[in-house]
Amino acid sequence: MSERMIIPFGPQHPVLPEPIHLSLVLENEKVVDVLPSIGFVHRGLEKLVEKKDFLEYTFVAERICGICSYMHGMGYCQAIENIMNIEIPGRASFLRVIGAEFSRIHSHLLWLGLCADAFGFESLFMHTWKLREQILDLMEEMTGGRVIFSSVKIGGVKKDVDDSLLSKINDVLLELEPQVKEISSVFLESITVRHRLEGVGVLTQDEAVSLGAVGPMLRASGINQDMRKLGYAAYAELDFEPIIDTEGDSMARCRVRIKEIFQSMDLIRQAVAKLPQGPIAAPFKGNPDGEYFSRLEQPRGEVIYYVKGNGTKFLDRMRVRTPTFANLPALIKVLKGCDLADVPILILTIDPCISCTER
Amino acid sequence: MSHISKIILKSLFSKPSTAMYPIKKREYYPNTRGAIENDIKSCIFCGICVKKCPTKGLEVLRDQKQWSIDRCRCISCGACVTACPKKCLTMENTYSAPSTEKKVDRYIQPEDKVQ
Repeated sequence: MSERMIIPFGPQHPVLPEPIHLSLVLENEKVVDVLPSIGFVHRGLEKLVEKKDFLEYTFVAERICGICSYMHGMGYCQAIENIMNIEIPGRASFLRVIGAEFSRIHSHLLWLGLCADAFGFESLFMHTWKLREQILDLMEEMTGGRVIFSSVKIGGVKKDVDDSLLSKINDVLLELEPQVKEISSVFLESITVRHRLEGVGVLTQDEAVSLGAVGPMLRASGINQDMRKLGYAAYAELDFEPIIDTEGDSMARCRVRIKEIFQSMDLIRQAVAKLPQGPIAAPFKGNPDGEYFSRLEQPRGEVIYYVKGNGTKFLDRMRVRTPTFANLPALIKVLKGCDLADVPILILTIDPCISCTER
Repeated sequence: MSHISKIILKSLFSKPSTAMYPIKKREYYPNTRGAIENDIKSCIFCGICVKKCPTKGLEVLRDQKQWSIDRCRCISCGACVTACPKKCLTMENTYSAPSTEKKVDRYIQPEDKVQ
């Protein structure tokens, strides 16, 4: 038996956008064990709920993560709305779908870029992020922000979208779709990319279920689970089927995310076409009293918001189970037995968001 | 590599995607959330904005007729603008100017204020 050694990976590493530390136990070039340690960007946001009133906390919830900020705000507001029995207007729920799907497109394009960067394909990384820029500009025009959108509020949304912007959304999507198709053909067909992704980090269907994987990680292993099918916001009125793949390797995860970009574009088009007229926010009075579990499908997977109110303006408890946290056991599983050179790409295939994980 | 080569060649013969800053400055959208400004002449110093501010970046001194904003604390959420009963607070679509030190902008109401 060869000698074992431990290689520290992170918290500062060129491939990691955020800090996570992994102690990789190696036998020659093979990883035999992984010991993760997190806690580098813990901010205590769940405790903060006791000091900020429930209306102010919307701004904090949006800041849990910079990429899914729209859906963090949405998850929190949805939980409060359900506790207080607030029915949000139809227009607001469709606008939430448009915002959430744009977030998904930009998050998946960001992931594709980072993935290309992880295996050293710099020009592909730059070209992918060039496309993402158009989505961010459109989000800024819609909501007023590029990273923190601050668009969702309890009872609805803050800003309405006029007809000229709706037609601009359609125009941008029409222009963007062939460009994304072109770039995705590089990911799906180029031999350089396939060599690095195919057969790497296979997660079987049973493992994905038993380790509690969520989102594209789970769907790439052949499980049909998408929280959007629960029909929150306006998803019940839109026609879509979850994207699933059966291979379970890194390439399958890449394929699922690429297909989800096109699915999101289709959902936005449907939402724009069906957008009803009317108010964008419902008025409400009082403080939340009760508890609720809110479940949403973020780009990285299922997020759970648990909110417990006590009738005062300060909440008793707020808990977030973020998708990256749920995907960490699956990451450890796929890392065991892989080559050291594949570690960066495997860490990226779960689309890690450490700010989310540590809150 | 043929797939990416096509994209690279196309990019090579097209305009740059990056903005030519500072020759060409980026234009903000009407919705862009920027700096908060106060039309101090119509301010009644009620202090509602101070209560609504989630980052405690605002201060009102009623006796000195002074409204101040800590630019480094402001997160441009717009809670104060929505809450303002006199609608004297507005949100610009440009960001506040960069500075080398933390500063508080003070607005003092002139004596001959026009209601």
